[in-house]
Amino acid sequence: MSSTSARRDYSLLGRDATIAVERGLAAAEWYHTDVPRKRMKELMRRRNGPAIRDTLLWLALLAAFGFGGYWFRDSWICVPFFLCYGVLYGSASDSRWHEAGHGTAFATQWLNDALYEIASFMNMKEATLWRWSHARHHTDTLIVGRDREIAAMRPPDVARLVLNVLGIRDAFDTARSVTRHATGRLTAEELTYIPQSEARRVYWEARAWILIYLVVIAAAVYLRSVLPLLYVGLPSLYGRWLALYFGLTQHAGLAEDVLDHRLNARTIYMNPVFRFIYWNMNYHVDHHMFPMVPYHSLPELHAELLHDMPTPYPSTIAAYREILPTLWRQIHDPGYYVKREMPASARPFRPELHRVLIES
Amino acid sequence: MPDELWVEVCGVEEIDEEDVMRFDHEGQTFAIYRSPENTFWATDGICTHERACLADGLVMGELIECPKHNGRFNYKTGEAKRAPARAALRTYPAKVQAGRVYIMLV
Repeated sequence: MSSTSARRDYSLLGRDATIAVERGLAAAEWYHTDVPRKRMKELMRRRNGPAIRDTLLWLALLAAFGFGGYWFRDSWICVPFFLCYGVLYGSASDSRWHEAGHGTAFATQWLNDALYEIASFMNMKEATLWRWSHARHHTDTLIVGRDREIAAMRPPDVARLVLNVLGIRDAFDTARSVTRHATGRLTAEELTYIPQSEARRVYWEARAWILIYLVVIAAAVYLRSVLPLLYVGLPSLYGRWLALYFGLTQHAGLAEDVLDHRLNARTIYMNPVFRFIYWNMNYHVDHHMFPMVPYHSLPELHAELLHDMPTPYPSTIAAYREILPTLWRQIHDPGYYVKREMPASARPFRPELHRVLIES
Repeated sequence: MPDELWVEVCGVEEIDEEDVMRFDHEGQTFAIYRSPENTFWATDGICTHERACLADGLVMGELIECPKHNGRFNYKTGEAKRAPARAALRTYPAKVQAGRVYIMLV
């Protein structure tokens, strides 16, 4: 579907931010499928078991592939070991960051907090800053001028997406952001979603990160070896491609400025290995509609919601068959987007908001 | 305390143990809690962070988790316990009388 092709302003301080507030799209009421309270309580229930099992497995795999890389360090055989290590470090950390940030991975809160800090570092996401950023993403998902986590804007920034296959653009932005925060500065845009009272925490986290990176760089210089950097730092780049591959499927090419996650998010069926790495975030419509449901219960939640959402994509390949042509077309036609079709069994919700046109 | 300050909410059995129920009264929304110890508590029904109905959230011990952003409050004291919740919830006295739950609105 194509709406007006007026160029959108994705800044949180720009024209579209004002328009979103004026049109009642900011902090608005979103559509939810009706699920009986008793069933929701079962689905929301927190447990330590699944996340302890999955975290131990994740750490064991990191250790095993890391050891393999070290063992074969003088041979090309180390390459596949480091590639696997990198994906576990730079991509699997993204879903751990996300789930722990919601506080739903573990029943025990300090376990969520510990995993959140570690995964944030691995994933190049400043912990406190992104906690608040992600709260905004859930309040105003794909609302232009409100959501800073829109990965594929209209028109898409192709160079940015390509560079981020290896996390290069994100690393550059994070380095600038961490440096600014370490010197005690938050931008006006950041202050639209993070309270000033959190500023000191942001600054000290940034200083801690710089210290860690300096120690790793010093170790590499002292040992005259790139190995320390292959274990800490560089895997955030060379292992990030799978996080981008998963992450783009969440919302790219779908409708902006709608108050219904069925229209701006994708639920995709994935194989068990992907679901382990991604911690079930492929159930993305489901997660957005009910973010208090832990990742290990999302398949059960999905069964409750299936009748009321567009047909899920059978695979990531199927999703990309839609995403790539859509992004390509949006380069020249920024008003174009994919309108998800609801099944006959689905409840409609405020259709007028599904036709929001931004006038220039 | 004068009886007229107490407002009848529901029967005791209408709220499960370790659960919460929404109660609307004169244009205001409240959240009524039944703790695991079988005591009753009341707070404002809307999260202080952003507009979300706490009665759709999850009660864990003496905490209520907001369904929108997973912010947490102690529903007995109203204290915000987890970001993005920062401002405390207003609390109201609650009592049980003859199998009915009442809250005092002052």
